[in-house]
Amino acid sequence: MAGVLARVIQRTKPQLGIIGPLVSIGNSNVAVVRFQSADAAPQGKQCGAPLSDCDRIFTNLYGRHDWRLKAAMARGDWYMTKEILLKGNAWIINELKVSGLRGRGGAGFPTGMKWSFMQKPSDGRPKYLVVNADEGEPGTCKDREIMRHDPHKLVEGCLIAGRAIGAIAAYIYIRGEFYNEASNLQVAIAEAYQAGLIGKNACGSGYDFDVFVHRGAGAYICGEETALIESIEGKQGKPRLKPPFPADIGLFGCPTTVNNVETISVAPTICRRGGAWFASFGRLRNQGTKLYNISGHVNTPCTVEEEMSIPLKELIERHAGGVIGGWDNLLAVIPGGSSTPLIPKSVCDTVLMDFDALVAANSAFGTAAIIVMDKSTDIVKAIARLIMFYKHESCGQCTPCREGVSWMNKIIYRMVDGNASPKEIDMLWEISKQIEGHTICALGDGAAWPVQGLIRHFRPELERRMAAYACVCGPSKAERLY
Amino acid sequence: MLSSLRTGVQGVWRAASRSIQTSSALQHDSLFVHRDTPQDNPDIPFEFSEANKKRVEALLGIYPEGHKRGAMIPLLDLAQRQNGGWLPISAMHKVAEILNLPRMRVYEVATFYTMFIRRPIGKYHIQVCTTTPCWLRGSDAILKALTEGTQCHVGGNSPCGKFSISEVECLGACVNAPMVQVNDDYYEDLSVDDAKEIVEKLKMDEKPKPGPRSGRFASEPLGGLTSLTDEPTGPGYGLQDGLKS
Repeated sequence: MAGVLARVIQRTKPQLGIIGPLVSIGNSNVAVVRFQSADAAPQGKQCGAPLSDCDRIFTNLYGRHDWRLKAAMARGDWYMTKEILLKGNAWIINELKVSGLRGRGGAGFPTGMKWSFMQKPSDGRPKYLVVNADEGEPGTCKDREIMRHDPHKLVEGCLIAGRAIGAIAAYIYIRGEFYNEASNLQVAIAEAYQAGLIGKNACGSGYDFDVFVHRGAGAYICGEETALIESIEGKQGKPRLKPPFPADIGLFGCPTTVNNVETISVAPTICRRGGAWFASFGRLRNQGTKLYNISGHVNTPCTVEEEMSIPLKELIERHAGGVIGGWDNLLAVIPGGSSTPLIPKSVCDTVLMDFDALVAANSAFGTAAIIVMDKSTDIVKAIARLIMFYKHESCGQCTPCREGVSWMNKIIYRMVDGNASPKEIDMLWEISKQIEGHTICALGDGAAWPVQGLIRHFRPELERRMAAYACVCGPSKAERLY
Repeated sequence: MLSSLRTGVQGVWRAASRSIQTSSALQHDSLFVHRDTPQDNPDIPFEFSEANKKRVEALLGIYPEGHKRGAMIPLLDLAQRQNGGWLPISAMHKVAEILNLPRMRVYEVATFYTMFIRRPIGKYHIQVCTTTPCWLRGSDAILKALTEGTQCHVGGNSPCGKFSISEVECLGACVNAPMVQVNDDYYEDLSVDDAKEIVEKLKMDEKPKPGPRSGRFASEPLGGLTSLTDEPTGPGYGLQDGLKS
């Protein structure tokens, strides 16, 4: 689920204080705050440019080559893994910190810092790594490509991440619908066990590490890290209140780190080629390469690995064959999966695809799942369908989300026909503001933001529909009642 | 006096404008409570098959001692697969027995997750994604073609008993939209004709070709690669100095 931690990053500074006590390193609180300041112009690179093939990490993204162990090794996976493991956890975490990698699951939390939270002295409890492969955010389908075409990158990543945080085992939580992807992954894990790459004395490094696959059963909310932990424990996937954070009490009551598939899968290549290499892509604080999913009204929808900070327009025109009917036919884009507010064409013309640029444009980078909508789109219906998604997926634990999203769903579906009062636009805005930030997890925020984006940029369209409806059918019931 | 008259009139008008109270509409696509039916009641015995008993052992083995409850979702899934795609209440009881848990704990999980289906369904469970990315690419037409082809309404079973259709939320193949899932396989990049062909094949119990239908292999752009055209680099390419011995 995108935006799991985005809330922490986009919220006001006082709230970040709660992270403080968790952190064992002196200046990390400062670092968290630093990531907020989106307006401060980053130095260095101004924008991203297309990558060359030799700098792409996922070389078998399209499945044109074999995904089995032998072929994966020929493409450079599992190369010098033992040497990397023997360098120790501090070295690995430092490489990740130098690389500037930010979590790829939507929230963009710095991965090196997250791993360093696990460096506290052991109290006897084992530690666990959990990989979040519960990919369910509408628009997002990057982890699927990794798991079915490059599973060894993920398995190797689990080992390296596990070594960095001192875990005894990794649980990969894969969504239940991905049956064939889970099969590929399971085969890859079996191959790695047989080759002695994981298991007892993994890669001959003297370090024991197990990797398990746990299939979910169809709940978007399980992409939230604490809900995912609950789900692995065999309970309903209802998020836990934080703190305690998973780094203190996570899976089976033990310290746990939860990371996205893409984050884990790029770690081995970062260690091999160096954090500085990875940091050479993208703008400062938005470094690296990223898998983009371009779906919706484009000529050739595709998944592609590109540099961070690449201009949105260039990305769509170069890889997705442009918007159907040409760039001028563009209406709006949802830039980071369904939870992020949409941006209209005027913003799309110049916006860069990275965390800071999209926050500055009143949206968010999320999972970099770009949903393109051309001028033929019924934009209100498109957002209404997303709200129905959130209504369906709300776990029902917090009242603002359970009831509020249902209300929003009812109101916005009336607005699709125009059967509503213009006063209800403000009411809808207010409901969304009451949901946002008043729930345990970020699903409520994710449901509120698309509505806010719609009202922010398409209010005249909503009013036009209501006027048209009133012309044909007379004043709506809402108009008469309020 | 005028104001009290207005209040009274308003009261009458308000009452008239509201419809008769009924119970609220179903907010979810399936019922949360269990109702005994001839096909599904606690008296029907359920036992894992011999092959599945081994799988149960293997599944229990991946969770640490004292946390065997973690195997609940995999076990329920296994029971559902053995039972032809749906989960009877006696299978839930069996899982509770294996995990040594109160039955309520299993009911909680089985009702929470949408992949556990607690009513008899057809041999082919067609799940149509209609979330925005698929909807933008025409999933409404696909859904219409499928419901017409199978004579099955959304959320129900077909008269022949072979098909069930569900409208589901994002299945995570958005760049291959519109798409449907039939049992475990994804059918992607569909046109209305493809949807019809899939139904016809399934009616004859043949397996249609899974994957994208537009002529591409996976998620690459149709009509020519824009990246990854070079041969992949080999082991040790661009190795950093810190690792060179």
